[in-house]
Amino acid sequence: MSIVTVQLGQCGNQIGFEVFDTLFSDSHSSQGLCSKRENEAYQASCKERFFSEEENGVPIARAVLVDMEPKVINQTLSKAAQSGRWKYGQHAYFCQKQGSGNNWAYGYSVHGPRHEESIMNLIQKEVEKCDSLSGFFIIMSMAGGTGSGIGAFVTQNLQDHYAHSLKMNQIIWPYGTGEVIVQNYNSILTLSHLYRSSDALLVHENDAVHKICAKLMNIKQISFSDINQVLAHQLGSVFQPVYSAEGSFHYRRNPLGDLMENLVPHPEFKMLGVRNIPQMSENSLAYSTFTWAGLLKHLRQMLISNAKMEEGIDWQVRPPISGLPPLGKMPLNKELHFNTSIANLAILRGKDVQSADLEGFKDPALYTSWLEPVDAFNVWKTQRAFSKYEKSASLVSNSQFLVKPLDMIVGKAWNMFASKAYLHQYTKFGIEEEDFLDSFTLLEQVVASYYNL
Amino acid sequence: MTQSVVVQIGQCGNQIGCCFWDLALREHAAVNQKGIYDEAISSFFRNAVLIDMEEGVVNEILQGPLRDVFDSKQLITDISGSGNNWAMGHKVFGSLYQEQILEKLRKSAEHCDCLQCFFIIHSMGGGTGSGLGTFLLKVLEDEFPEVYRFVTSIYPSSEDDVITSPYNSILAMKELNEHADCVLPIDNQSLFDIISKIDLVVNSGKLDTTVKPKSLVTSSAGALKKQHKKPFDAMNNIVANLLLNLTSSARFEGSLNMDLNEISMNLVPFPQLHYLVSSLTPLYTLADVNIPPRRLDQMFSDAFSKDHQLMRADPKHSLYLACALMVRGNVQISDLRRNIERLKPSLRFVSWNQEGWKTSLCSVPPVGHSHSLLALANNTCVKPTFVELRERFMRLYKKKAHLHHYLQVEGMEESCFTEAVSSLSALIQEYNQLDATKSMPVADIPRLSIAM
Repeated sequence: MSIVTVQLGQCGNQIGFEVFDTLFSDSHSSQGLCSKRENEAYQASCKERFFSEEENGVPIARAVLVDMEPKVINQTLSKAAQSGRWKYGQHAYFCQKQGSGNNWAYGYSVHGPRHEESIMNLIQKEVEKCDSLSGFFIIMSMAGGTGSGIGAFVTQNLQDHYAHSLKMNQIIWPYGTGEVIVQNYNSILTLSHLYRSSDALLVHENDAVHKICAKLMNIKQISFSDINQVLAHQLGSVFQPVYSAEGSFHYRRNPLGDLMENLVPHPEFKMLGVRNIPQMSENSLAYSTFTWAGLLKHLRQMLISNAKMEEGIDWQVRPPISGLPPLGKMPLNKELHFNTSIANLAILRGKDVQSADLEGFKDPALYTSWLEPVDAFNVWKTQRAFSKYEKSASLVSNSQFLVKPLDMIVGKAWNMFASKAYLHQYTKFGIEEEDFLDSFTLLEQVVASYYNL
Repeated sequence: MTQSVVVQIGQCGNQIGCCFWDLALREHAAVNQKGIYDEAISSFFRNAVLIDMEEGVVNEILQGPLRDVFDSKQLITDISGSGNNWAMGHKVFGSLYQEQILEKLRKSAEHCDCLQCFFIIHSMGGGTGSGLGTFLLKVLEDEFPEVYRFVTSIYPSSEDDVITSPYNSILAMKELNEHADCVLPIDNQSLFDIISKIDLVVNSGKLDTTVKPKSLVTSSAGALKKQHKKPFDAMNNIVANLLLNLTSSARFEGSLNMDLNEISMNLVPFPQLHYLVSSLTPLYTLADVNIPPRRLDQMFSDAFSKDHQLMRADPKHSLYLACALMVRGNVQISDLRRNIERLKPSLRFVSWNQEGWKTSLCSVPPVGHSHSLLALANNTCVKPTFVELRERFMRLYKKKAHLHHYLQVEGMEESCFTEAVSSLSALIQEYNQLDATKSMPVADIPRLSIAM
């Protein structure tokens, strides 16, 4: 089954390019550490999901590029074409001349409806190229105007027009110390709207990825390109093919459906995060060896201590001792040390993957009480190694990991809203104070729900 | 791509405008091998409109090296000049030339695929730039309500030789308050100080430090005009560079673009508070190929020092409402973040915008530099300038000095003056209120509580 990707705004398009590039490079890599037949099955599965075929053999990404100004799309299209290995569809993009000005209201209320038909037509064309549609993957940032505003609008439209297909939004959480001054307003408006129309929100924080680049990849002068590549690597490690059942050699057909089934048991809890281990610069890779036991031990601790990478993990954090009565309603400013999960999905790729022991993830103390650990935790495996890593493990979690960042954004936006700063820029285009209040209410609810797990 | 129309009015406006076009062409020539007048520049800066009520300056432009850039269809001139009288410029020439101005603007707009912005360049202290320039703002707002109006205004310094400049400036301020989207106030004294600073370095004859000539923010080297013919050329070049850097991210590619509509969106929290203090660094580049990161960090520090502001103001010791950093050249997001983190503790931001930073990264540096930074600050440090202007105005007004020159113009009454000064007072009051919050602790506003 195929996934149609919609890349929105500068961020969405810049990332989208790296994602397709990573997926392609990995599927054609010679270091798969598996048999030729295995590799071919992997490639075919990856292609079915993400690429369609062109007459002269160059795969075309199953993607629609949307931006309200032309510079980034032009760059993205030409970068892909220049690689010679894959490209975007010649007409698979929608572009205007003037951007959204970092204004969510402009993106959502002006650009969205104005260009609805054109954008949805492009998406429909892509959908028709798929034999069978698994769903949509929408890549966007929260801080700007196009990705956030038009992203929210398009997601809503997808819900109306493709009610039976799944939608996962890849959201980029901006740096805490701004990139855009009104980023907190744009973020809360985006999140509240997506919460109503999307099926799952896969969140990547710029601050976290930045640290990975600095500490693990040892990059001195970090550019957005570096950040996007790390991000793409993490996404690739989740979306590349995996076997469908223990021991079988067939690849899973419905990646989005499977992800949702495992990770989003309740519509109130849609926020997912990814952790991937190991991550390091290519130079260091040559000198490192890993064991599954070591990797999984780190990954588990990363999960429960809410660490975003394998350096600087707080090993003091432990799961609460079972048998004690569950803690009641906690005051909102209490420090969250232990990261409770609703559900987790571990994805293991590489050598001797069958020998990996995941018992540590099945401990009921890690989870809320509503699901049995056997339902709350799932594993996917494949022998085929990912992107030059002999062994790599990813964890997609629905947990409390975003409570603090979300609380912070809501707090800052609220502070600004109380002073009425910048509101005239939004009311100009039809987003009123009530819309803001609705968003705040919904998100306070989400924060509280996650907090009280 | 979006287009902008540059409207240069009055002697000052036209002289600056000239320098601006000169440098813009130089910049695009450097980037584009095909020739000076390339597609990017013609599509971005679609048509200038040159307005002056006396012919001297505009005639010079038409006879000078830039004569091929402009054609007579873009000009509006008269002979007599406005006599440093805002009322002449605004009321008399305004009504006289309204139709012509509208027609020229409409023509310019028609040539644009997607007109985003008008850049108006003028001075506040005279008659044409100040009076007719602000009349134009109202016309633009009515005729093109969706197009942003960015105004670069040269404020008179206290040693200004035009006696009535306080009258002209305050009458103009009212219009700026009401009809401009963003104002970049600049004063001659600051520009002059910057030049002195540069001269000091260039002429200091330090061993092994030679300045790359094209890199001087005041230089016209490589442009069509070969030498500094006029004393104001160097100063005008600084302002021209400001405009170039402001629009760089919209003209060239980068990893974090910033379009002009984003400037207004992020830097104007309340419609009245749209005065942005600008600072440019570096002012020059040393002919030293190896630029260690320390130099890069120095660039960021300089942007906040009062020596680099294009207006006499001290943002570091006042309150920031918002700040934009527009970086050009080989600078990455990590450099930007590192410097923001480093400088943040010494700057005071208003309580509801503690992280009020807007940033952009454009890959193409300005000519002669490997990187540059333009900082735009919405900061209460503009207040002293306005207060001083009001004082100078009151000194004249109390004695009714020169008032008859204005009142004899049809349409002018004393109420114009009183309204203008109250408009300014209201603005100053808003800044006062914000400043009062500076020393208050950041209050925790109670959040919505949710029933579980």
